[in-house]
Amino acid sequence: MTETSTSQNVPVVELNSLDELWFQVSGTLCNLECSHCFISCSPHNDSFGYLSLATVEQMLAESVAWGVKEYYFTGGEPFLNREIVPILERTLEFGPATVLTNGTVLQAEWLSRLAAAQENSTYTLEFRVSIDGPTAELNDVIRGPRAFDRAMQGIGRLVAHGFLPIITMTRTWDEADDANILGRFRDALVEQGCDRPRLKILPRLLIGAEVDRTEGYDQFDRITSAMMDGYDTGQLICSHSRVVTDRGVYVCPILLDEPAARLGDNLADATGSFPLSHGACYTCYQYGAICTNPSASG
Amino acid sequence: MKLAFFGGVYNNSLALDAAIRDAQQRGAERLYCLGDLGAFGPYPDKVFPLLHAADVACVQGNYDDSIGNGLDDCQCGYTDPRDNHFAQLSYDYTLANTSDEHRRWMRELPGELRFEVDGLRFLLCHGSPRKMNEFLWESTTSTHFLDKLADDHEADVILATHTGIHWERALANGRRFINVGCLGRPENDGHTNVWYTFVRTGSDSILDSEQGGRLDVEFVPIEYDHQRLAREMQDEGIPDEFIETILTGWWTTCLEVLPGKERRRGKF
Repeated sequence: MTETSTSQNVPVVELNSLDELWFQVSGTLCNLECSHCFISCSPHNDSFGYLSLATVEQMLAESVAWGVKEYYFTGGEPFLNREIVPILERTLEFGPATVLTNGTVLQAEWLSRLAAAQENSTYTLEFRVSIDGPTAELNDVIRGPRAFDRAMQGIGRLVAHGFLPIITMTRTWDEADDANILGRFRDALVEQGCDRPRLKILPRLLIGAEVDRTEGYDQFDRITSAMMDGYDTGQLICSHSRVVTDRGVYVCPILLDEPAARLGDNLADATGSFPLSHGACYTCYQYGAICTNPSASG
Repeated sequence: MKLAFFGGVYNNSLALDAAIRDAQQRGAERLYCLGDLGAFGPYPDKVFPLLHAADVACVQGNYDDSIGNGLDDCQCGYTDPRDNHFAQLSYDYTLANTSDEHRRWMRELPGELRFEVDGLRFLLCHGSPRKMNEFLWESTTSTHFLDKLADDHEADVILATHTGIHWERALANGRRFINVGCLGRPENDGHTNVWYTFVRTGSDSILDSEQGGRLDVEFVPIEYDHQRLAREMQDEGIPDEFIETILTGWWTTCLEVLPGKERRRGKF
């Protein structure tokens, strides 16, 4: 196949509406170094840095004209950003906020402030806590020593402050084991005082650190134009989201290591269409809505 | 003008009957239903004669699209396997117990209704004006998002249902978004009543809105014979989990799609 015909066969997705605005609020900096991390976050990876409260405030103000429905905060570990509490407090004046955390560094004082901010807001503040197995044995091999115990303590703190965290787990097991793993997660969380566990399984993304842990995408793991016939493009985050980073606006939180995923310096520059030419796009296509909360489905 | 708006009926003909009577007693000149006539409850075919007799204008919901067209599932937008399990049980029951005549009627329902009353442009839809099964929860929907919907769809008053919990939001230039609630099941608040929405416009309104046309919105609690509904559900072999919701007012299923803020108000 020639290069031209290959590029013609790559479907392109338009930004239908900017429903979710993501903030790469702690860049690629994380206190953990998970062996499956699709953007290889670590204490030393500063290829993307922290966003300041001032930057977030400016983007929140800009987002109003776009009719953004929800705001998401990720990293790295967002709670390494010293301004994360005021950032979330400010966001709750604009709309709903979801923060993706590993749960290991949450401090009671921050959670008290955030519980109060949510109480005073019309909007929900959702915590999505990444834990990759219902036991230390299963989790820590991915997320590092003591990560399970520390994250479960974080869950306990969130519950004590009235939050109902959503636990997200990357499927590093056989898909047929999902029900068993979910059942064991429920039991472990109830033991932690979390009697209404909300669980979301995420597929592995074969990029970043995961390539070294297992494997990368095969050259045939790609979306073709024919595959888009009758497909609901709303399942793809790039049709309704963009990500603000300290290095510009990107198409999605997954493809930060792809230079082509940087769409512009600001929101207005980043509303163009995007070619689904990456292996990770194939995973997004297969599983759908992997980045958004269940309450945003439908 | 006085208008009544009903949300998802979910086969609850007893609540629908009570709501229609209440609206008529209050002098409603027009009655509307925003779709999802089936699901959850017993005897789907009992709903349609009530709608026709009271001249209730209906919008098509995702359930009506699915039942009308004999699709495989209800398109409810659940992501959790347990939610989907229960949704499928009630979908299969409703599909098997809805007559061909009523299925044809649902198939032809419009996806939205638009009209103008007292200078206000009304837009009635099921989930949102842009997507039939979009969830618009109070705690996950920013005001500027709703303003953009009102701009894009050229409406002053947008009414929707789908989530099953009523709420409203004042928008720019005196416009309004209203989730009318639903008649099919209680709102996860420990009370057995259900809700509909009564709207007064123009000279029938009591309160002056700050800008634009005059519009009052009243959410009306409806008590009905929920014990009888529970008995009928039992007779039809409908899961105990659904019957418990009717008897207690707490949701026992479809919980995973609730945002944290709404979920915390419930028991489960």
